[in-house]
Amino acid sequence: MKITRKDFLRLSGLSLLAAGAVQAVRRELRAAPAQAPQAGVRWGMVIDLAKCRRDSGCDRCIRACHEAHNVPRIANPRHEIKWIWKQPLASIFPFVKSTYAASSSVEQQAPLLCNHCAQSPCTRVCPTQATWKREDGIVMMDWHRCIGCRYCMAACPYGSRSFNWEEPRPALASIDASFPTRSKGVVEKCNFCAERIARNQLPACVLACPEKAMVFGNLDDPQSAPRALLRERFAVQRQPELGTNPSVFYLV
Amino acid sequence: MRERVLIGLGLALLLLAASGPLLIAHGRRQLSAAPVLQKPSNAARCILPAETMRRSHMRLLVQWREDVVRRNQRTFVAPDGHSYPKSLTGACLGCHDKQQFCDRCHSYAGVATPYCWNCHNQPAIASTQTGLQPWRSGQ
Amino acid sequence: MFLMEKALTGSRRYWMWLAFLLGAIAVAGVVYLRQLDEGLGITGLSRDVSWGLYIGQFTFFVGVAASAVVVVLPFYLHRARQFARITLLGEFLAMAAVVMCVLFIFVDLGQPARVLNILLYPTPSSLMFWDMLSLSGYLIINASLTWAALRHERDELPHPAWMRTVALISIPWAVSIHTVTAFLYCGLPGRSHWMTAILAPRFLASAFAAGPALLILLCLFLRRAADYDPGEGAVKTLSTIMTYAAVINVFFMLVEIFTVGYARIPEHTQPLTYLYFGLDGAYRMAPFMCLSGVLLLVAVALLLTPRALGFRWTLPVACVLIFASLWMEKGLGLIVGGFVPSPLGNLTEYVPTLPEWTIVAGIWAVGALLVTVFVRIAIVVRGAERHACMEHAQGD
Repeated sequence: MKITRKDFLRLSGLSLLAAGAVQAVRRELRAAPAQAPQAGVRWGMVIDLAKCRRDSGCDRCIRACHEAHNVPRIANPRHEIKWIWKQPLASIFPFVKSTYAASSSVEQQAPLLCNHCAQSPCTRVCPTQATWKREDGIVMMDWHRCIGCRYCMAACPYGSRSFNWEEPRPALASIDASFPTRSKGVVEKCNFCAERIARNQLPACVLACPEKAMVFGNLDDPQSAPRALLRERFAVQRQPELGTNPSVFYLV
Repeated sequence: MRERVLIGLGLALLLLAASGPLLIAHGRRQLSAAPVLQKPSNAARCILPAETMRRSHMRLLVQWREDVVRRNQRTFVAPDGHSYPKSLTGACLGCHDKQQFCDRCHSYAGVATPYCWNCHNQPAIASTQTGLQPWRSGQ
Repeated sequence: MFLMEKALTGSRRYWMWLAFLLGAIAVAGVVYLRQLDEGLGITGLSRDVSWGLYIGQFTFFVGVAASAVVVVLPFYLHRARQFARITLLGEFLAMAAVVMCVLFIFVDLGQPARVLNILLYPTPSSLMFWDMLSLSGYLIINASLTWAALRHERDELPHPAWMRTVALISIPWAVSIHTVTAFLYCGLPGRSHWMTAILAPRFLASAFAAGPALLILLCLFLRRAADYDPGEGAVKTLSTIMTYAAVINVFFMLVEIFTVGYARIPEHTQPLTYLYFGLDGAYRMAPFMCLSGVLLLVAVALLLTPRALGFRWTLPVACVLIFASLWMEKGLGLIVGGFVPSPLGNLTEYVPTLPEWTIVAGIWAVGALLVTVFVRIAIVVRGAERHACMEHAQGD
């Protein structure tokens, strides 16, 4: 049978494509099934603004988190990476910004972290499911799969996410060997200490707070500590009108 | 005639490129003895038979990765009944030394890829070389 | 004989142009290697402004790619025969633009080696997934149409029937690629500058102005430099379409300004104020964006003045002004406006760095290279056909 060079090349190209497609399909079919969801757990946090120290000097929660998770301290502020940090109330809650409020109350700093929203926009937009919402409410990150497109950073309405613009290890003074560092080119954020929760431990920031201002627990359990606090006191979430349904509450 | 010269040049270049790695390795005298692995001193047996590990440790690690990160299944039960954390740092490197064991075969076989080490740590890694100050209050 | 071989014949000027483009690509390649090595920190991006020139250029050139529909529709749907040559050029431009878009996304990724994860782990809720699918499909459609057109022209055969079917599919597909790109932005809560239903129509309007502008410039250039005339009628019709699109652009911009300016919700007014007037000491974008607005208005004024259109240079000047204005607005202004001020009120400005510009220029050079090669093939095929016709006529 006579076959031209052009047709031979075309045939080989298509065969290679087909072989690749077969491999991809096989891999998908072989993928392990997902774990059965843990029913009735929604992890959440309540931060008591009355207890959080008014002076801006206290950063025990930040240090605990960043040390436990090897978050680098980047010199260039444009490239900074932070999982939890503090800002004045006036910038966290725009409705607080009033010319009649005492400056001390609007300048008081409060910790900010990922809200682990129940309707999170970031997990909706991730093209590879490198960030996804677990059954227990935690918005997780898989740094092996992240392609660094930063779509999640654009989607997050709270500015909770940071990107590794450079190799993080040179900016780490010490490394806690029990938690990996990340590489350049991936997005990272607070993970509600998923690795500690798996060992039935509280998140690092919660344990580090000297005033016990942060209370962590199961929001789906009416008897949990955060639920009790939410019944007693008036609490706000950050920008609830966006429909994200955050899991982090602030007691006013 | 000119074409023949060009074709000859191209072929010579191809041969050089194809045999390049061999020549370089020969130059560096790396075609030497097989790697000698230093076995760990604190355990008699690995979590799986050595032959299985030799063949499939990469697949095992990828499986562990998916299990821990995506499915929150963090415990591995070995055939002998013992439980281990599914962790490169926590399980494997608890016994094996990266330089004396893992790197030996990897560099011999030219496997530059395990970029696992970019992120995952060896236990009790020393402070990095930059001398940066750790996190301090008020900053 | 391969069609590609036609691109290997050419004058000294042709080869020097190709050499220049390849040089630019090589330099950009080296800079990109540095970005791979050091990370995206060599760009001007930051934690607050995490998308910039790369994604802006992607957005702009998706518009240019989609604009091919402006010539495909009259030719294939309404059988306007005089559009034959210009439709081919439009499809060339579309293919080059799609390749550029894919490259812009690629250089923007922090972990580009993992890009296939988008296909390995498909996520229908993510617009980026659909964008990848629609762009790939559009590339295949245009490639098959141009390949078939060139081959049949070379072999002097009538066009096969499937071409019309595929071309008709490409019409809604072209609209969809740019709509999907708009949906990337306009579905994100917390980014008030982007959260507007008119974003997709604005994208299409600017695409149908900027794309034809580039196509007209290409036609005028080829007429002078390569003796390849797509036809006076086609160019005139295209400039009419471009004029309408430019006017609609101005209207959409005024609509946006009214909606934002009358309601006066700070979240909505701040990005536009920052872009055009500066905000709290951050004013870097203001001259840039104001210039963009002025250029567009001048272009529209030129195109709507019959006396001005009488001059030969009016059309190319207007095309350049429209292209430049929309490139500034969509290729950079739109993106920055979504990130400044940040959700926490930070005013972090964004200035692309030299490495960033170099990589962007390299990708432009890739697009120019593709257009050059495609057009060269078309010219040679056309020339051979005309030669064969003449021989045929002489032989009778």
